[in-house]
Amino acid sequence: MKIKFWGVRGSIATPGPSTVRHGGNTTCIEVRTDSNALIILDAGTGIFPLALTLFPELPLTAHLFITHTHWDHIQGLPFFIPNFIPGNTLKIFGAFDPVGRRDIREALTTQLQYAFFPVREAELKASLEYVTLREGESVQVADATVTNLLMNHPVLNFGYRIECNGKSVIFTGDHEHLGNIYAPDDPEFDEYERLIQQKNQAIVDFVRGVDVLIADTSYTVQEYPTKIGWGHGTFDANIALARQAGVKTLFFTHHEPTRSDGVLEKVFLEALERNSAQPGDPQFLLASEGLVFEV
Amino acid sequence: MGLSKQELLRFVDGLPAFPSCVFPILKLTSDINSTPKELVRVIERDPNLTRKLLQQINAPLCGVAHPIRSLRQAAVIVGINTVKNLALTLAPLELFGQDLESTPFFDGQITHALVVGLISQNLARRIGQNAVTSVNFFVAGLLHDFGKIVLHRANPEAHSQALEMANRERIPLQVAERSCLQLDHLEVGALLAKKWCLPPECAASMASHHDPEGPHTPLLDCVQAANLIAKTLRLGDSGNPLLEPSLPEAMARRLKGTLPELLHGLGELPAELYRLRLFLLDQHFVSPDPACEPP
Repeated sequence: MKIKFWGVRGSIATPGPSTVRHGGNTTCIEVRTDSNALIILDAGTGIFPLALTLFPELPLTAHLFITHTHWDHIQGLPFFIPNFIPGNTLKIFGAFDPVGRRDIREALTTQLQYAFFPVREAELKASLEYVTLREGESVQVADATVTNLLMNHPVLNFGYRIECNGKSVIFTGDHEHLGNIYAPDDPEFDEYERLIQQKNQAIVDFVRGVDVLIADTSYTVQEYPTKIGWGHGTFDANIALARQAGVKTLFFTHHEPTRSDGVLEKVFLEALERNSAQPGDPQFLLASEGLVFEV
Repeated sequence: MGLSKQELLRFVDGLPAFPSCVFPILKLTSDINSTPKELVRVIERDPNLTRKLLQQINAPLCGVAHPIRSLRQAAVIVGINTVKNLALTLAPLELFGQDLESTPFFDGQITHALVVGLISQNLARRIGQNAVTSVNFFVAGLLHDFGKIVLHRANPEAHSQALEMANRERIPLQVAERSCLQLDHLEVGALLAKKWCLPPECAASMASHHDPEGPHTPLLDCVQAANLIAKTLRLGDSGNPLLEPSLPEAMARRLKGTLPELLHGLGELPAELYRLRLFLLDQHFVSPDPACEPP
């Protein structure tokens, strides 16, 4: 499999001189299976430059797996150029929203309301298919299998695991390591702790032995106390998860939008120093726009 | 015919207590500083609401891999924010009780109540109420006509006659109710408010929401204007055939807008109403209404 990062920024696109090295587009990751089938993880603004590279392959079938429907993960979708060209197929997969009672189709149709975008969904020329996934449901994409697990974010968010010929990649989408909402002296504390441990175990099992883990790393441990409950991870929590699950390579992504390239590299190095190297450690890397990684 | 006035009063006295979770949940969910454990504790105190919330999360559409059996488990698996937003939607529906049969009268009333609640809250924000205090305006709007529901349940035959009489003779419903039942929904509303120990302003709106020239408070203004807007838009059915042509001038000044201006300021109301009706359908409170199209 081949992975290419097209958008690594969290929350909002941040173009400008301070983000040229790691990039300012929001989340989008291209994964090519061994047979070159196209899987796209999220449709942040990074999907637009990806779309521009696809013309030689038309007509094509793209499999877009949406982790969740917050803007920074779907905002580029109306600009996925193959949608406007007959003969192409876009299959969109994602979770149901139990609060808004909306399926994944809304990720596109809401953005294509006429007040927000000049072209309605009905006017798109490509063939569009929507698949609202159940937790744990497997999808076969050519020679790859994609499974999912609910992670921890303020809206239902699927982490996706892609397996192809013995190799594997996981993208967490947005995910905050679980914390106990009760104080240690609250009567509910122990039961909640047990529920968290069960969920954490399910996450470790899902991630176990993966070749590449791409994880939401918005914050440093110093920043985190004021961001609890916002649904994003830290360098330290992801390092701990990768070590526990025997991950081979960990990419930190969803970079905090106010972080310049220089500061991002600095906090990355500080996190590595704080978590001094251990035997069998994964390779730790910062996700950067344009970076290609072969599994 | 049916029950005497004394028997009606005894019927009101025998009604269940006001669902105690409603105000705390609406307030906690409107307060960005509330803690997750406060919210979970308040919901857990209402077994009925907890059951409904878990039903929504375990519904096949939602697609969770394993049944979620407790609210704390739900907070871990689907996240506290999803729990919070589901509670926000379901809590007001607790007011309508468990055993309302789906008839055109109750369907119209419940939709009318939801619309008046939502518009009243919307107007509250317009005149400067904050997110937490605007909750009182929502509940007051939701409850303003509750006396009608009680009268209809206590004596369906006589109340149906009152509805027919009001429609036939083009007279206010409360006049027809007094003729057919010796009590009107305003009097019953006042009794209910007293029994339920509702805040004085909420009680006032249940007892006198047909007197635009009478004493006024911001809450009474908002409920009365919302009532007029709901009738103008023909959303739901209050059962009252008379429609005031416009807002009294003094009220329009206090609300900072004429009726057309208030109508144009409603924003996302149709989407919100559609979502609430879907929940009502799920709870079998209302029948599918072909006239209520998704926005």
